[in-house]
Amino acid sequence: MPVSIDHSRLIYDALKSHGVRLISALPETWLVHLVRFAEEDPDTILVRLAKEEEGVGLSMGAHFAGVRSALLMQNHGFLASVNGIVSGAQLFRVPLLMLITARGEFGESDPWQTEGGLVTRHLLDALRIPRDDLTAPEHVAERIAKAHVLAHASNRPVALLLGRDLMWEPA
Amino acid sequence: MNGKEPSKGRRGDSAGAIRMRRLAALEALHPRLEEERTVVVTIMGAVAAELQSLGHRPGFFYLQHAMGLASSIGLGIAVCRPELTVVVLDGDGSVLMNLGGLTTLGRYRPSNLVHIVFDNESLLSVGGFPTATATGADLARIAAAADVPRTGRADTPEEVLDAYDRAVESREMTTIVAKVEDHYAAPAETVGFVTPLGLLENRFQFARHLETLKGPRI
Repeated sequence: MPVSIDHSRLIYDALKSHGVRLISALPETWLVHLVRFAEEDPDTILVRLAKEEEGVGLSMGAHFAGVRSALLMQNHGFLASVNGIVSGAQLFRVPLLMLITARGEFGESDPWQTEGGLVTRHLLDALRIPRDDLTAPEHVAERIAKAHVLAHASNRPVALLLGRDLMWEPA
Repeated sequence: MNGKEPSKGRRGDSAGAIRMRRLAALEALHPRLEEERTVVVTIMGAVAAELQSLGHRPGFFYLQHAMGLASSIGLGIAVCRPELTVVVLDGDGSVLMNLGGLTTLGRYRPSNLVHIVFDNESLLSVGGFPTATATGADLARIAAAADVPRTGRADTPEEVLDAYDRAVESREMTTIVAKVEDHYAAPAETVGFVTPLGLLENRFQFARHLETLKGPRI
């Protein structure tokens, strides 16, 4: 069961088509191709983070600088970023496009991912962060477009949860 | 040691010495910070209040909260806008809260970023609790070990200004650790640490100002 190169490409191309020029990321398995595409793309600034919360700062700086950005991380990285999101992006009304891999949901075989899977959506809701799922290639471009539009119209964070059915494919 | 601090007292290398006032260092820097193509990201608390008291400029952004992220915001601006000089005014407590961020600065090391850390060895705005720099942690050495190309320490306003000028001239990312007094007196117009300029007003003004400074697309 490899990570889907085609679906990763679909996500990457959709981000690019909405003018995303800075991507900050703390890689995990599901994000491996997305991060590689960013690295290989001379028009994209890729910032590899030590901890995901830094990415909130990177996106704030990019926004102030007039550059569109996205933050790629695992749901546990989102859990580790909450103060930055609340006291940074939300307090200062910064559009923040987060692409979060939804680990720990149905099909998860890694025991250590399972607690995070139980709380991610609840926490997004508690923070009033609009969210949608990316689970099938047909809706990727449209949902990324809509997330992007809402983030900029509201000047707030939005989240897209990258699902197992989209990111993995049968070997 | 059983996990306890070896000494409850301060044992920073200049414990007991009279340190420079942060306000004096900011006064020395202020003419540089208001240069047209220079933008400033500062942490909250005493640094923000004192900088604002010296004269707010539209290129000054006061990160009131999100502790630790000032350097990450500065990095974001610096990599997106190489034609600008980006100055981050940081603090020991904030840097200690995002030490990993120093390695990210060292990794990307934008040549247009000057990172100044006012180290008062204290979490001043919440009551003056000593930080780990009060018991020996050395942020300049940590920054150097994180691979920030140029690092140094400054103990007087003249040294701060000189280190700043050399950082800009060198076109190499620099972290300057400015050792300052653990003291704050609210400037006029400021109540406690709450400054007269509204937080969102500042944020939108700052972004608009950066738009007016737009250089060639990178």
